[in-house]
Amino acid sequence: MSEIKETIIRPKKVFSFGVDEIFAYHELIYFFTWKEIKVRYKQAFLGIFWTILQPLLLMSIFILLFSDGLRITTTSIPSAVYYLSGLLIWNVFSHAVSNASQSMVNNANIIKKIYFPRLIIPISAVLTASFDFLIGLVLFYIFVLYFSVNDKLPHLSWGYLSISIIVAYLVTIITAFSIGTFLSAVNVKYRDVRYVLPFLIQTLFFLSPVMYDTNIIKVAWIKQLIDLNPLTYAISIVRMNIENPLDFNWPEMSLLLPIFILLMYFIALITFRKTEAYFADIV
Amino acid sequence: MKPIIEVNHVWKEYQKGIDRKYKSLRDTLLDMPSKLFGAEKEKFWALEDIDFKVEAGESLGIIGRNGAGKSTLLKILSRITPPTKGEIILRGRIASLLEVGTGFHPELTGRENVFFNGSILGMKHTEIKRKYDEIVAFSGVESFIDTPMKHYSSGMQMRLAFSVAAHLDSEILLIDEVLAVGDAEFQKKCIGKMDDVSKGEGKTILFVSHDMNALSNLTSRGMLIQDGTVFLDSHIQNSIKKYIEVNTQNVETEIRNAPRYGNGVVKILKIKIHSSKENSSFIYSLEDIEISVTLENNTAEKIKDLKLDIGINNTSGRRVAWLTSHDYQESPKSNEIFMHFRITDIPLVPGDYNLNLYCEVNNNVADWLKNISSFKILNSDLHNPKMKIPENQGDIILKYETLC
Repeated sequence: MSEIKETIIRPKKVFSFGVDEIFAYHELIYFFTWKEIKVRYKQAFLGIFWTILQPLLLMSIFILLFSDGLRITTTSIPSAVYYLSGLLIWNVFSHAVSNASQSMVNNANIIKKIYFPRLIIPISAVLTASFDFLIGLVLFYIFVLYFSVNDKLPHLSWGYLSISIIVAYLVTIITAFSIGTFLSAVNVKYRDVRYVLPFLIQTLFFLSPVMYDTNIIKVAWIKQLIDLNPLTYAISIVRMNIENPLDFNWPEMSLLLPIFILLMYFIALITFRKTEAYFADIV
Repeated sequence: MKPIIEVNHVWKEYQKGIDRKYKSLRDTLLDMPSKLFGAEKEKFWALEDIDFKVEAGESLGIIGRNGAGKSTLLKILSRITPPTKGEIILRGRIASLLEVGTGFHPELTGRENVFFNGSILGMKHTEIKRKYDEIVAFSGVESFIDTPMKHYSSGMQMRLAFSVAAHLDSEILLIDEVLAVGDAEFQKKCIGKMDDVSKGEGKTILFVSHDMNALSNLTSRGMLIQDGTVFLDSHIQNSIKKYIEVNTQNVETEIRNAPRYGNGVVKILKIKIHSSKENSSFIYSLEDIEISVTLENNTAEKIKDLKLDIGINNTSGRRVAWLTSHDYQESPKSNEIFMHFRITDIPLVPGDYNLNLYCEVNNNVADWLKNISSFKILNSDLHNPKMKIPENQGDIILKYETLC
């Protein structure tokens, strides 16, 4: 035998992020995600249509309630595109967080029987939510196309719009991964997460400018708080680049934001990696 | 060459009170005061100083009663849970079948499940693709492969799951009681496949089972685990023998503690059921077996008119046979009484049985024990391939011939 792979099993003491191991198992990430997507759409009668229907309905409600009912003027963007852009980002975030935080408990039977890097489970949960994002994105582009053909979006640059969406997606998904991974690890030990989660999601929805514009907030400290929300940045960058894309627009950013995102990311990873060895014993 | 598995002084600690593993925040808050004041949770060692080596190509059977620590050991070996102390060195890819079919999803088709299950077990996509036809052919469920798993019978699920597992490419195979379900014929096919794997391909196998037949067929070395420690590490036959011996001692305690009826003039002390053959640890259908019973005389006088009935019940509680005896032998020194039965060519079908013992002195009930001392009768077809007794075909075996 030329090369013998030696594995040493020891009590867990040394801390590592286990990046190389996750890379070695990268195919499993794909399989987990693929399985989740398949199972979800096989169980639902209307399948993929729900993914399209849900933001469409919400968008209509927002238009009826805010634009027509309360006469809140959005920016110069048509209100359909305005609300849809917010919902696009918000949906991938909320799906990713709730999928990921339940993922470890939902896969308890597998965790108890087979070894693989546990982080793969929340990673796949977040990627599963990204699949819905892609479908939502198609819907969004159809709307943008419709309004640009009808000359409602005179300055539109497809290139800038797409770049802004990629940046927004990355910011959102990293935030969602951090929160979801942290909650998934806590959920293994404390099932209270199940009760906290809906409340948390709802609170974050109000703290994200999905149905309002940050400019309407007049109190400084509240505006600062909302600016610290990574989703505010994500939604703003997309909206700015639909509205006025003569140049690529970067929203104003507090210096605290990137620090805050990184902090959440590392706290989540450290919590997860520290507790994962004992998941099989307590889940 | 270095051993393929080296287990060096491994210990594993668990907390007591396994019934409440995950908690609510409230529990933690309520536990806080006792924790602060140093009231430690009760802990116990599930494994204590386990130390052994396995050479490449060896097949090791792990025996022990439920709760002895066998499964904990396999879980540590397959990295599902870390040891508390000690270390393990594995020199090769490891595949663990702690439960076949892990991750099977009822909504996915057989084909989709093969791919997902294979990849969880550590197969690469290309590898599954290459072996796919072979896996499906081995399972024998080709015609249902594109049907969702929820329409499969449990036997079919088992077959497919085992097929995936049997085609894993690894140097070390850990198997925990996977053959417990499934039909007899497929079980045999699996044992055959595993046998090929260990002998033909030189794989190392660690096999945990309660099926002594499968163990002695598949493995050559046996490790008996008792209360978290290695009790005996020897040839599989020796370990099985020791295991049965240790369990016989358990039967004695079982008899001592069992609820009983009668005036206690005479009490049943021990019962032993074994094959008439020397050196045989098992009882097979149509072989001679011996039952010896030791009774205790609790009176100062000699017992006259003693009668002992033995009823043999199957697991559904039905009486399948009955023996009675008036003959006995008294120990000249102590107050013990011995009774001995020999049953020639025991005509019972393979399965689990237990005994009812009824003892009468001078027409009064002296001692009466129900459902005690279970024993297993094995299918003699593994023993003697010509004799094949399928399951659920009656309670007794006829000796017969076909006449033309």
